[in-house]
Amino acid sequence: MSVDTVRTGPARHRRGTGTRLSLWATRLGWRHVVMWVVAAFALFPVMFVVSAALNPLGTLSSSQLWPTGASLDNARDLFSNTPFTTWYANSLFFALTNAAVTVLLSALAAYAFSRMRFKGRKVGLIGLLVIQMFPQFLAIVAIYLMFSSIGEYYPAIGFDTRWGLLLVYLGGALSINTWLMKGFFDTVPKELDESAQMDGATHAQVFFRIMLPLVTPVLAIVGLLVFISTINEFLLASVFLRDTEAKTLGLGLYQVVASSRNANFGMFSVGAILLSLPTLIVFWFLQRFITEGLTSGAVKG
Amino acid sequence: MAASDNAGAPEGAPAHPSPTTHSSPAPRRPSRSPLPGGRFAREGSRVGQVVKIGLLGLFTALGVWAVLPLYIGENWLGIGLVVAVVGLVYYVYLSKRSVPAKYLVPGVLFLMVFQIFPVLYTMSTSVTNMSDGHRGSKEQAVSAVESLSVTRTADSPEYVLTVATVGDPETGELVFLLTDAEGDARVGDADGLSDLGGATVEDSGKVTDAFGYTILTPAEVNERSGELEEFAVPTGSGAGIRSSGLSTAYEGRALRVYDESCDCVTDAETGDVYTADDERGAFYNDEGQRLPQGWQVNVGADNFARFLFDPSFASSFFSILLWNIVFAVAVTGLVFVVGLAVALTLHVPKMRGKVFYRVLVVLPYAMSSLAMYLLWRDMFNTDFGVINQVLGLRIDWFGSVWGARVAVVLANVWLGYPYMFLVATGALQAIPRELGQAAQIDGANPWQAFRHVTLPLLMVAMTPILVATFAFNFNNFNAVWLLTRGGPLFSDNSTAGATDLLITYTYRLAFNEATAQYGYAAALSVMIFLIVSVISVTSLWRSKALKEVG
Repeated sequence: MSVDTVRTGPARHRRGTGTRLSLWATRLGWRHVVMWVVAAFALFPVMFVVSAALNPLGTLSSSQLWPTGASLDNARDLFSNTPFTTWYANSLFFALTNAAVTVLLSALAAYAFSRMRFKGRKVGLIGLLVIQMFPQFLAIVAIYLMFSSIGEYYPAIGFDTRWGLLLVYLGGALSINTWLMKGFFDTVPKELDESAQMDGATHAQVFFRIMLPLVTPVLAIVGLLVFISTINEFLLASVFLRDTEAKTLGLGLYQVVASSRNANFGMFSVGAILLSLPTLIVFWFLQRFITEGLTSGAVKG
Repeated sequence: MAASDNAGAPEGAPAHPSPTTHSSPAPRRPSRSPLPGGRFAREGSRVGQVVKIGLLGLFTALGVWAVLPLYIGENWLGIGLVVAVVGLVYYVYLSKRSVPAKYLVPGVLFLMVFQIFPVLYTMSTSVTNMSDGHRGSKEQAVSAVESLSVTRTADSPEYVLTVATVGDPETGELVFLLTDAEGDARVGDADGLSDLGGATVEDSGKVTDAFGYTILTPAEVNERSGELEEFAVPTGSGAGIRSSGLSTAYEGRALRVYDESCDCVTDAETGDVYTADDERGAFYNDEGQRLPQGWQVNVGADNFARFLFDPSFASSFFSILLWNIVFAVAVTGLVFVVGLAVALTLHVPKMRGKVFYRVLVVLPYAMSSLAMYLLWRDMFNTDFGVINQVLGLRIDWFGSVWGARVAVVLANVWLGYPYMFLVATGALQAIPRELGQAAQIDGANPWQAFRHVTLPLLMVAMTPILVATFAFNFNNFNAVWLLTRGGPLFSDNSTAGATDLLITYTYRLAFNEATAQYGYAAALSVMIFLIVSVISVTSLWRSKALKEVG
């Protein structure tokens, strides 16, 4: 419960150790117990994947919750038996490029929606909400058919290429994230850019030199969300990237365990940890923005 | 910040106030370097101009790159579109008006081409019978029927064959590079023969290099041998060219010939007559047998009617829809309850180890969800899975209907509750603690204080998040596909599984069945869209989101 129990009474000033202990138990003790249970629930799959990654035998059947040994055989297998580095590079390419370009495109649009009044503004904003109900992956059949013919004209952006899939991802750049950004832009006082414009700054200078530095938190949170969702994207990538060399790490890992589930589990575990590493790192650096960014969207509604 | 930024205001102008100090005017700083241009320059900085010209130049180059293949393919409509887009971009960025468009065009172009167009295309596909065997036009179907029935006759001319593709060797469209007895090389594709210019032909007749085509190595040809057997070049009037082995081809007569007067195909060998059925898009004979090559026709609302009224399809559609709703509600509800409970447990002043607990609890959210789904799948393994091992059970989780369902929900709660915990923590911090305390002083017990004071305030902030979480889980493809692939399949119906969501069902119909059913899958996509929008609109209607636009 969120409310502190307030105890008053004559014995308040002369409590014995026993009373203090029971008071601690009712106020805080049970919270620690609950948290240990939740932490155990949160941790056991993570522990399992770490111990499986270190497991010298590298099979699912021999993997235990507690590490049974510490060997790097699985990592070595992963690097030598699969095009792991290519997969990893592909994943990072998609996640980083998509996050960067999405943040830029979204911020540009949010600036227009927040600071300018023009015909079609309202329609545009509502349209962005409506299109959210038809996410891109629902149109996967059409995207597949579309790129079957695009690939004939432009092999460079057809199936199994990085640029083709990136273009598809960028189709979703303007989304609910633009709304999140627009909300944040609205909180920056208008006087700031008005005074800059009085001083002769162009709208582009206002955007790049005044607005962008002030809205860094929301840029960070949108970048983080896009990064994470791209690195975990499976549906579009699986239709697009069929060649082993072109795959992302997620698709590659899926293939590793699909072909031989029991034997390759150690290799998969190493890959799973390495795939989680970038998200863990961004989380660590952006943690102070996370609660703020998530809830500012929430409270705005 | 602007106040300390060197490139802020023109000479003599006050420095830009920062948001924290803008109530007190900043001192004049005449020593600052002037902004290039200043108030008298309407064009902005020189650097900006150079960047703008550079980007426009790059874009023009892209446009030229895009036009070239369209020109070779004589696709005038495509060229028109590219020119129009380039023209629009030039207009927007060179004119002094239309300032908002300068900021909206880049994102909106991507949105149009890769989201809105696919959505419209999905809708138009959903009213066709498009599927394997019904992909092209009737003419294409006719020429495929004729050329595939080509057989060798005594006077069949022979060609030296080089197999090539347009574009990628593995996925590009197959073409035949054919050299006749005189040594002239021509190219044949599914539409017919045409001249081949600029090709290098060996003495043997093999083509070693041809502009615009990728010559396949024998190994690559072998990989596509299945397609090769079904590939034929129509040469008109009931004749066609087929391959015989990997390096020779022959021109022969078609056994099945289309006759326009009766709109039918006659099989010379069996004497069967197959009449065109323009409603179903295929040729049928009297016994109701059809030729495998059909064409794409408009079937109106048939696809929709099929899963609403056709008994076998309707039962799987509605059972999937029901489970889909149950899944989304269960995951959203459980994730909310667990996340809120954890947030409340930690929502107390002066608790030791709070940060430590928070890091541990959020950990699942910071892991890659894709990898974690695959991990959970193996943790639920019957024979070797750690869950059965630790609990000492031997449950066949993914083999039984409810085992699989419980497993899918459990894994998703693990992945989803940290997000709710983060959001709930933020929302709780925004609610003054005194409110609950006041209620308790008035005689409410802690539960009542929470139920009637804290929770209603909390729900104001949480409702949009819950709606979004519901909509997300309703279409959570990874959650099901990576764990169970929708299985176990119901024994009476091979296409629907016990944990299938509508989106995984759609995916399986389009990409994981022996014959891809694009039209039907597109109709399912449209249905999902309708269902999600009805649910979202009704729930968002009550929140303020739509009213805030103005």
